[in-house]
Amino acid sequence: METLGHKKKTTPRRKWQVFPGRNRFYCNGRVMMARQTGVFYLTLVLIMVTSGLFFAFDCPFLASNLTPAIPVIGGVLLFFVLGMLFRASFSDPGFLPRATPDEAADLERQIDAANGPSGPGYRPPPRTREVVINGQTVKLKYCFTCKIFRPPRASHCSLCDNCVERFDHHCPWVGNCVGKRNYRFFYLFILSLSFLTVFIFAFVITHVILRSNRTGFLSTLKDSPARYPFTGENVVVCFFSVWSIVGLSGFHTYLISSNQTTNEDIKGLWSNKRAKDNYNPYSYGNILTNCCAALCGPLPPSLIDRRGFIQSVTPQPVSHSNGSSMYASTQLHTHMCDQEHCIQNTKFVFQAAATPLLHSDPVMIGGGGPPFPGKSSLGVPCAASLAPSQPSLPSSMPGLGCAGDMLSLRDPDTHCHHHHFPSPEETPLPPGPMPLTLPCAAHRGHMNPAQLYDPASQDSLHEDSVRGLVKLSSV
Amino acid sequence: MAETHSLQDMRQQAAIAAKVFIQRDYTNGTVCQFQTKFPSELETRIDKQQFEETVRMLNNLYAEAEKLGGSSYLEGCLACLTAYTIFLCMETHYEKVLKKIAKFIQEQNDKIYAPRGLLLTDPIERGLRVVEVTIFEDRSLGR
Repeated sequence: METLGHKKKTTPRRKWQVFPGRNRFYCNGRVMMARQTGVFYLTLVLIMVTSGLFFAFDCPFLASNLTPAIPVIGGVLLFFVLGMLFRASFSDPGFLPRATPDEAADLERQIDAANGPSGPGYRPPPRTREVVINGQTVKLKYCFTCKIFRPPRASHCSLCDNCVERFDHHCPWVGNCVGKRNYRFFYLFILSLSFLTVFIFAFVITHVILRSNRTGFLSTLKDSPARYPFTGENVVVCFFSVWSIVGLSGFHTYLISSNQTTNEDIKGLWSNKRAKDNYNPYSYGNILTNCCAALCGPLPPSLIDRRGFIQSVTPQPVSHSNGSSMYASTQLHTHMCDQEHCIQNTKFVFQAAATPLLHSDPVMIGGGGPPFPGKSSLGVPCAASLAPSQPSLPSSMPGLGCAGDMLSLRDPDTHCHHHHFPSPEETPLPPGPMPLTLPCAAHRGHMNPAQLYDPASQDSLHEDSVRGLVKLSSV
Repeated sequence: MAETHSLQDMRQQAAIAAKVFIQRDYTNGTVCQFQTKFPSELETRIDKQQFEETVRMLNNLYAEAEKLGGSSYLEGCLACLTAYTIFLCMETHYEKVLKKIAKFIQEQNDKIYAPRGLLLTDPIERGLRVVEVTIFEDRSLGR
């Protein structure tokens, strides 16, 4: 039994490399951030420059004239601020992994059953579920991108293109979403930063005052730019930071004590103005419990397992039972494959395999057969490696996982887009209920190859190859 | 590990007839709980009491993981004081309970579900959204 041996030699890939959404990963998946990180670097620069100037120019004077504890406390505060900033920026805020194809299909079935049959052209009502939590009715919305019903308090962040649990807001200063898993780090960051800015502000002022006591105020000001540059800059930055950051800390302290998210507060979901008996069902009743729960509660684990390995496709023996390859490939793709991709991959396989046989010139994948408008270089995350094309197709194929080994063939343009997943609205789906009930491995026989190409070709040689493909498709 | 071996054999040779998904139960808020309602597809395969007992145990384990109490507060405060560097050497309470849950599911599969041609998938592999129950076709049984 032949296998496309190239597959075995590739190093196993990690799940972060195929993670859907607009995130960036660094350090082999240990660090994750949003796509736009410019403002984060600005934050970092502002903090470092201000603190650096403070330590360089104000601390020597203060340490010698007041107490050496000042630079020490400043150092500890700075260390804490940076630690919390990195923790908030680099960790997973609580992304919800997208639904597996089986789950999505199951949900679709349930929704269709609930909505009843609808004719073409009739727009189905928005998909919501209602649930009663602690006496309040909460609507759970269906997320079309992630194909799940969002848990309560979750929201879909359009910048990160993922659903986030207990979504607070997307913070550009931190370069990441703020959600369930990193809210406490974010809060401690802004709290400690307010202490740091107040600290620096106070001691820079103290420095100016002490110096002017000695030499007079005006001469201090004149000397300042020459001997103690940037004192003015420090004062200005700290002044504005104090008001904005202290204000923000105060706001988040209020949110924590009432167990609300920024998102909920802005929408006024639980305010009395909406309805008289409106109250927050998630609040524990008293402020202390709310604070403890938010800051000292158990830290939930990341649900997306970004450093896990994608289980490589082990070539299955060609068994004529349906189960093996289907189960294996369904197992593989918990985090990988949208079923539209798998269907399209299989179609590409047939087209790529069939069309060079039927036509003599090499054909771009996506050229013939069912049209795939503008998607000839579709993001194919399933194809973990693209083997060089095989001149002749073996007539009995190994179990074809969705990894699309066959996809290699002649198309130079089909390459892996790691982070590109066309949304369901963009991707043209084959008509009918077929794709929704199909699991990842589309070779269950639903994919009638006759739909894709005409197997009734003239040559016996062609027939053999085509027969091989037909056998493959019916496995 | 004869039991695991038989599970693997079954996986390789059995055909999947269907998958049932047990959804989350949000009536108590955002705590991780699963619905204990018995799905109709499993009626022919397993006893209702048995299944509900499994889900109830699972819910209890998740509740233990997310429990707010003295020990979790202590852990949180200690972590905060060390700027969360303590988690480089120590596992969080939640992670410890997740390991317990994985063991529990493995046990349940080996003892109760595999002999009946069913397989429970650990919810953490599905992002804590569902408990996936895979139903295998009957022809693989009777070995």
